[in-house]
Amino acid sequence: MADFISRGFTGRRRPPEELARRLPPGQYYEKGFPVLSAGPTPKVKLEEWRFVVDGLVASPREWTWEDVGRLPFEDVPCDIHRVTKWSKLDTRFGGVSLDHFWEAVKPLAAFAMARSYGGYTTNLPMDDLTGGKAWLVWEHEGDPLPPDHGGPVRLLVPHLYLWKSAKWIAGIRVQKEDYPGFWEGGGYHNRGDPWREQRYWND
Amino acid sequence: MERLRPPAGWQIATVTSVKVETPTVKSFRLSLPAWQPHLPGQHYDVRLTAPDGYRAQRSYSVASSPLDVGEIELTIDRLPEGEVSAYFHDVVRKGDRVEVRGPFASRFVWRGETPALLVGGGSGVVPLMSMLRHRRRTAPDRPMRLLYSVRTEADVIYAGELGGETVLSYSRSAPEGWDGRVGRIDAGAVSRVAFDSGFAFVCGSHGFVETAAGLLLEAGYPAERIRTERFGPTS
Repeated sequence: MADFISRGFTGRRRPPEELARRLPPGQYYEKGFPVLSAGPTPKVKLEEWRFVVDGLVASPREWTWEDVGRLPFEDVPCDIHRVTKWSKLDTRFGGVSLDHFWEAVKPLAAFAMARSYGGYTTNLPMDDLTGGKAWLVWEHEGDPLPPDHGGPVRLLVPHLYLWKSAKWIAGIRVQKEDYPGFWEGGGYHNRGDPWREQRYWND
Repeated sequence: MERLRPPAGWQIATVTSVKVETPTVKSFRLSLPAWQPHLPGQHYDVRLTAPDGYRAQRSYSVASSPLDVGEIELTIDRLPEGEVSAYFHDVVRKGDRVEVRGPFASRFVWRGETPALLVGGGSGVVPLMSMLRHRRRTAPDRPMRLLYSVRTEADVIYAGELGGETVLSYSRSAPEGWDGRVGRIDAGAVSRVAFDSGFAFVCGSHGFVETAAGLLLEAGYPAERIRTERFGPTS
């Protein structure tokens, strides 16, 4: 039970019981799909889009849009959680598991930095990017992923807060050291597990 | 990005005043026991707790200058389905206590860069007001302009505080005698306020920010000099 009670607050927007159990602490249920980005939406043409995996890997590689289209496509049903407090439940993306890329390049270190068109970066441990936990996605609810939600292609790591799912993904660098990305260097948590409410540095 | 100090933990602030800005917007001044200075543009989290432990959290931009030591002003737009905003509008009054935490890091901060063009839609003006107020008190000679899009005259927040640096744009209907056009902001409106250098700060609904950022790119602002903050769901 909380120490502090807000006078006169009852909570008029409580989610149904069956959904409440799926909401991490501090999150609310959102039916829409709000957008949040730090600058103008980059316009990335599919024919110019490249996905580069480099750094500490046995064989660095670059994929084009046609190349990723030849990898095994899968539906990714998931719940997503944004650090700005909303969660979207039972949504569905479509794309390719990162495991297929790891098979090709053979990572040799424990950390990674994802980078985006537009200059955004976010750091993740390889453990969060392997074993069927992370994807490159270009479909949402059966439609092409729109640019404001990271299209043409974004990273999807649904078990972490959504800032880790870099929009307009351009590449991933595998590295020996872990160092902070764009938000992580500015006060946000290094790992960002919503179930532990790891929003900020001191969480 | 420069490292910012991590915010203090949750603290219980006291409401020292409530000001009605428009029919749907109120400003709340809060006194904080563990206040720390923010950068104009930063936000605070607010947490409400019901007697049974149910909690709701939201983020609100700070409207005041960090020179207001010990306190912050949060300006809150009452949203139709809002849980926290409705509580602030219907329940909170002077003397109430509310739980807050912040300020939080963001790329959407003004560190004194000028010229600075501020472009706000609706309650997106709130973090821009912190920049405007802070500049008035610290660097009144440095160039800063605000292009502020509102639906009607009744929707203008901080109406009594806007000066010669502000250009209003009415999207729904203009007051009598208004000689400008009515409608969404366009290239003409942006070209009248744009500087030929410096940074642009854009805040508003997602649609507003997409439109305004596009116009700024066309007006010659490089993407890395346009900082945006968006709120609200998309369709």
